Amino acid sequence: MSRDGSAGGTGRDADAARAEVLRRVRLAVGTQPPGVGVSRDYRGVGARPADDPVGLFVERLTDYRASAYRCGADEVGETIAGILGEHGRTRICVPHGLPARWTAPGWQVVGGDAPPDPVALDAFDGVVSGCALAIALTGTIVLDSGPGQGWRAVTLVPDYHLVVVRADQIVPAVPDAIARLDATRPMTWISGPSATSDIEFDRVEGVHGPRTLDVLVVAEGR
Amino acid sequence: MTVFLGLPTASPGVGNLHAATPFPTAAAEALRDDQLRRNLSHATRTIRGRRLQTVAELDDWEQLRAAGAAIKDDVLDHLDRYLLQLEQAVTARGGTVHWARDAAEANAIVVDLVRQAGATEVVKVKSMVTAEIGLNEALARGGIGAVETDLAELIVQLGRDHPSHILVPAIHRNRREIRDIFRREMVGVDPALGDEPAELVEAARAHLRQRFLTARVAVSGANFAIAETGTLAVVESEGNGRMCLTLPRTLITVMGIEKVLPSWRDLEVFLQLLPRSSTAERMNPYTSMWTGAVEGQEFHLVLLDNGRTATLADPAGRAALRCIRCSACLNVCPVYERTGGHAYGSVYPGPIGAVLTPQLTGVADHPHLPFASTLCGACFDACPVAIDIPRMLVHLRAQAVAAGARQRRLPTSEAAAMSVLGWLMSSPGRWSAALRALWLGRVLGRRTGWIRRLPPPMSAWTRSRDAPRPPRRPFRARGRRR
Repeated sequence: MSRDGSAGGTGRDADAARAEVLRRVRLAVGTQPPGVGVSRDYRGVGARPADDPVGLFVERLTDYRASAYRCGADEVGETIAGILGEHGRTRICVPHGLPARWTAPGWQVVGGDAPPDPVALDAFDGVVSGCALAIALTGTIVLDSGPGQGWRAVTLVPDYHLVVVRADQIVPAVPDAIARLDATRPMTWISGPSATSDIEFDRVEGVHGPRTLDVLVVAEGR
Repeated sequence: MTVFLGLPTASPGVGNLHAATPFPTAAAEALRDDQLRRNLSHATRTIRGRRLQTVAELDDWEQLRAAGAAIKDDVLDHLDRYLLQLEQAVTARGGTVHWARDAAEANAIVVDLVRQAGATEVVKVKSMVTAEIGLNEALARGGIGAVETDLAELIVQLGRDHPSHILVPAIHRNRREIRDIFRREMVGVDPALGDEPAELVEAARAHLRQRFLTARVAVSGANFAIAETGTLAVVESEGNGRMCLTLPRTLITVMGIEKVLPSWRDLEVFLQLLPRSSTAERMNPYTSMWTGAVEGQEFHLVLLDNGRTATLADPAGRAALRCIRCSACLNVCPVYERTGGHAYGSVYPGPIGAVLTPQLTGVADHPHLPFASTLCGACFDACPVAIDIPRMLVHLRAQAVAAGARQRRLPTSEAAAMSVLGWLMSSPGRWSAALRALWLGRVLGRRTGWIRRLPPPMSAWTRSRDAPRPPRRPFRARGRRR
């Protein structure tokens, strides 16, 4: 099917290519007046409040076959230990900056200043992290490599991921999340565990990345 | 050969856009494949239903759609400005930007970068654009192995096959065929591997795991690139994308120049439109975003033209460049559902392929594709960025007829048929006479009720379609009798 595709090889000139593509673009678009502006009459920031954002978030999460747990602010450490025990996950790593009261002795902190070695990460059977925020309507968790979230590899390679979400980190919808996030940080948006529908359009959970996603929602008032 | 470009400003695209077999012939072959039709019918019907449900959850869907279309039109109107802004932002954050006029140039850039990184193998995130430019073949010629890591792309690669759908490239294969491919092609696979999807997925995971952990170079496409900030985004489900984008120390992203978005805020529109249109989910499982060189990686961005500026030069056709590759139009198309993706002869199948491919290559290279449609309008209704595909098909049909006429100095069969039809329909008397004459057509197709072949010039129609036998009495004649 390929008509060509052989490497251009000799005489390729990076500046010439750039100039030529830009010349073609300018000829094609002509002289356009400044943009007329985009009508943003869809539901934007604050326009989709939820009565019970935590409840909605948990409902949407479980729809994706992630498991949700809830606890009060002073019970996080013991709840995490309980969930991990339930799953029989013992070799746990945590990203740099995770609150010490959430962790247990024997867990290893990984990924401070240097990139973590993927093969070494593969030896852990679970990771516990925080998050930057979460989106109720879509059941999405956003990690932005901030404290307690670590390098992207840390929450990627181990087969099990437990995320702690504070209730005040849950925003109603996608526009609210975009408004709060810093675009220039490395980000991972997670909505349920890994999944594929590539075989006869049957959904199968767990391909690459953590095959099990558990979420602990921490409510202040409980 | 005459290439119709609208304006003589840009070169047509090359690579895996060109059909070895014209659509009518390929479609006629595909129509004889019952298995293919069953697979497609199941998949497209399933996703059509789910998509309607998830879209209905958003009461501002039409507003989002209009905003999506307007943002993309703004991008196309000021593409030079946004590309320069993107280049500046990516460079400022430690990335390197490369420009490629066509597939060959983009491939050469990537091959050079992989060699510089000292690698002989790359892991790949599923990407339409690298399929378009035939990157895997170019890497192979350069002595570099490319490992597709998306499950469907892996099935296609191991089966030495071509993708047939934008979202689910191996949709033409069923589980038994996939098991057979895995048993035959995967080194060290369990010879007793079964055909349950979960088992097959597990085999793919085991097959790719070590490669992810040790790969030095990854190649991806991009769903979005933000001019304002230099942020790149890749949207996926399996986690293979996260693996490729995160673990290797060198990341090379190839992106069509139309993929840029002006501002970070624009993602609030597209991250609502894309997952619901594509996989019918509220959000896809994983989205990765990065700006420049992050977390110790070296980052290269290759900006590709390959026929896009030629498409941009046609005001009636350029809206095809709004496409965000969601594949919603494929899943609602009665023609795609019956012929499958291979018949389109390009990496871009279905309704969007029927408008995008002939524009990227020049209509003369694909004169049949604009006719691969019923003009029913379902694709337009489903499109999250409101591309009026039917209108564009009609526009391209006119171009194809004109290009054909110029090339042969004779009217094409389509043009001849249409002008005869026009002449007949312009007079009630002539039209009635023609309908009466059609009765004669009843001698054709007496056995099956379907006419397999009509005489020229209508033979162009029946070459790839069967025509119903004309009615015993024309409708108009029935009216007269009453």
